Amino acid sequence: MSSIHAHTVLIVASILFVLGLVGVLTRKNVIFILLSIEIMLNAAGLAFIAAGAKWQQPDGQVMFLFILSMAAAEVSVGLALVLQIHHQHKTLDVEQLKELKD
Amino acid sequence: MSLLFYISSIVAILATIMVITRHQPIHALLYLVVSFMAISMIFLSLGAPFSAVLEVIVYAGAIIVLFIFVVMMLNLDKETALQEKKWLQPKVWIGPSILALVLLIEMILLLLEPPSEKMLVTVVTPRQVALSLYGEYIIAVELGGFLLMTGIVGAAHIGKHTKRNLHRFLQNNH
Amino acid sequence: MQQYLYLIPALPLAGFLALSLAGRRLSANLIAGIGAGSICITAVITILLGIQFLQSPPETGVWQQTLWQWFHISNLSVDISLRVDALSLAFIFIITFIGALIHIYSIAFMRHDRDYARFFASMNLFVCAMLILVMANNLVLLYLGWEGVGLCSYLLIGFWYETPANYKAANKAFVITRIGDTAMIIGLFLLFKELGTLNIADILHLAPEHFATSATGISLIALLLLAGGMGKSAQVPLHTWLPDAMAGPSPVSALIHAATMVTAGVYLIARMHTIFELSPLAMQVTAIIGAITLFTAGCSAMVQTDIKRILAYSTISQIGYMFLALGIGAWSAAIFHFFIHAFFKALLFLAAGAVIESLHHEHNIFKMGGLKNKMPVIYWTFVAGAAALAALPLVTAGFFSKDQILWYAWSAGNGHPVLWAVALCGAFITAFYSTRLIVVVFWGEMKTSISHLPPKTMTIPLIILAFFSITAGWIEWPHNLLHLSLFSEHIQHVLPATILQTHLHGEIFFQLIAAIITLTGIYTGYLLYHLQPEVILQWKQRSALVEIREFFFSGWKFDQLYNNIIVKPFQFITSTNKSDAFDKIYNGIASANLHLNQLFSISQNGSLRWYVVGVLIGILFIITLQLLL
Repeated sequence: MSSIHAHTVLIVASILFVLGLVGVLTRKNVIFILLSIEIMLNAAGLAFIAAGAKWQQPDGQVMFLFILSMAAAEVSVGLALVLQIHHQHKTLDVEQLKELKD
Repeated sequence: MSLLFYISSIVAILATIMVITRHQPIHALLYLVVSFMAISMIFLSLGAPFSAVLEVIVYAGAIIVLFIFVVMMLNLDKETALQEKKWLQPKVWIGPSILALVLLIEMILLLLEPPSEKMLVTVVTPRQVALSLYGEYIIAVELGGFLLMTGIVGAAHIGKHTKRNLHRFLQNNH
Repeated sequence: MQQYLYLIPALPLAGFLALSLAGRRLSANLIAGIGAGSICITAVITILLGIQFLQSPPETGVWQQTLWQWFHISNLSVDISLRVDALSLAFIFIITFIGALIHIYSIAFMRHDRDYARFFASMNLFVCAMLILVMANNLVLLYLGWEGVGLCSYLLIGFWYETPANYKAANKAFVITRIGDTAMIIGLFLLFKELGTLNIADILHLAPEHFATSATGISLIALLLLAGGMGKSAQVPLHTWLPDAMAGPSPVSALIHAATMVTAGVYLIARMHTIFELSPLAMQVTAIIGAITLFTAGCSAMVQTDIKRILAYSTISQIGYMFLALGIGAWSAAIFHFFIHAFFKALLFLAAGAVIESLHHEHNIFKMGGLKNKMPVIYWTFVAGAAALAALPLVTAGFFSKDQILWYAWSAGNGHPVLWAVALCGAFITAFYSTRLIVVVFWGEMKTSISHLPPKTMTIPLIILAFFSITAGWIEWPHNLLHLSLFSEHIQHVLPATILQTHLHGEIFFQLIAAIITLTGIYTGYLLYHLQPEVILQWKQRSALVEIREFFFSGWKFDQLYNNIIVKPFQFITSTNKSDAFDKIYNGIASANLHLNQLFSISQNGSLRWYVVGVLIGILFIITLQLLL
């Protein structure tokens, strides 16, 4: 079995996380924001898998499973919201959805 | 195996960059599938075959399919792409990107602080995961079940196209 | 009989409770029955108890009944405990007997008032509180009654509260008597601190042992108690509330502001006579205040035009006589004058109320006149009352009581010729304004038509009171005329006898002077207002006399004085500090919060990406801290 630096995996995970973050920050379309959030969750899962692999324990994968179920629930509710938003406002631009404004 | 890791890492990063820069939602989704596949390979190289399979089935399968359904239902086509192009101006993305880059640099600096050590990759079998999951994490599993249940109920409720119920006085004014 | 003492205050209290709880649902006849009936039964019980007391006096001179313990704190134990001795018996008799007559009078007088039940409820509560005051075994219970009568006075002065002047008068009475009450309760605290008890009998017993004569402590206590009495009894300088208190219904003026409550101060001083005897200073102050009051109030009474205000000033003046008598140590004379005064002053107020009622609520005496033949009962009873007030020699009760005070003012151990001279002046003034009242109100031409004549229920109490105003004095004769002094013998079980100066002769000479002065006063009034009214008109031309009249009319400008030295500075302070300096600090904190809120609510702009940037900056901040530290 070859060996990989634990750092390397974590750096890859953080790059993916930051890319997801950039997506959330730069895109205006709600669908792209949801996609970017998936990326970020996935990056967090990768970090857990890496930790589990380093200590050779199953706990990392268990945590990944929880993140997975959370992401599934989140995406189903999020996409339902997107449908409603599009239905009611005829737009997907987050900049125009400012009803929570003070 | 480490070669597999490096290649799939690079593919994942590149595919993710493509995801966040595409104008057409459907293109972005396809790149996202690529990214998930690559991450699935990373899992495999880290000795987590069960997670790798789940990644493909749940992320690349179920979640992406959901997205595709939504994109189809909203009928997002070339007009959307043009609008995305208009929105994605450098002045919009350059500031947040610099901030995110600073975050990345700081995180890498933090990660590199302790001395680096190699890890021996051994396969953690699905059996071990299952024993752990239904042993010590059983309550968390049940909570996850609740979460999914509420997710389904919530999505069904929110996604319903309800007619706006207006009071009869307001209806006359319409 | 002793065990029935509790009935005396309990019956009026029961009447009050019944009327205040169910008054709205009862018929007018029932209300009158409960209200007047409870007091009448009390009066009957009092008379029976009084006969028993006089026939077989208890060995200690005191009847006592402890009902229950009120409270007990460390070494202060206060009981609800009643005590009747010769002094309180005289007061209880006046309160219940005159109270009953006034209640009977009120049945007709208040008949058409909307708040018939409220009137009788307040009156019953007043009688109850006043009885508690005079029957109290200890000073705390006495103070309860003291405040109770103050409250009822407030309620009844402001009885017709819809007129602003009336409730203002009620407030004024309440606030000014409060000054005296505060002094009194401080006096009680000091008394408890010094003697460790507030039981009246114990105080009278312990005080001579504990205090040296004219010690500072005892003088202070006596002066504070005196101040309490001055507030309640409307003595200068706390007298300004009483003329305004005439805003209440006439029976209220008769019962509370003439016969009973305003003499509470006299009762307090008489009750605490041991303490006053220990402090010659306080005695002197009492006598001087009494003298000043009787003179100033008398002068004001001379020039008033409102019939009830004349009687109010006259009341102040007569209580001034009582204080004078107390101050010179003529205890029984003071109580005797209270006894007689209650009859004729209640009579005068009730008769005045009947006149006012018959003349369409006209208060100005110069718009009355010619009532002599139209209302003979009122006229003759009023004459009897006024004659008693003027102290017409030998035939009226007022002569016997006032002559005693005048004689003691000269002859008593603490007496002084100046006090005597002032009292004599007061007697002249009293005779003068009594005559003025009779002449102006009942003689001459009619100026206002009579709407209706008072019914029998109103005139019968007047006749009874007139009878007593004439005859009540015959139980106490001057020594040189007849050796009959039932009242002072009775009172001397409780109060010490008056100490006379030695080598005194010619009591008859002083009596003659007093009689002549009185007759002169009556003749002067008759001359000026009936024989030669043009003299008054001439006087009205002279500016100096008009100014003096104005000065007397405004009650020696006491109201203006208080307005200038107390009310206006206070208003000035409050108006300058309208924008409270301390408020500014709190307002500043509030507005700073408001501005901060506005500042932060800029960040809540509804833009999702802006929020995410906020989160990102937070994460960056934390991670940077971790890197740097």
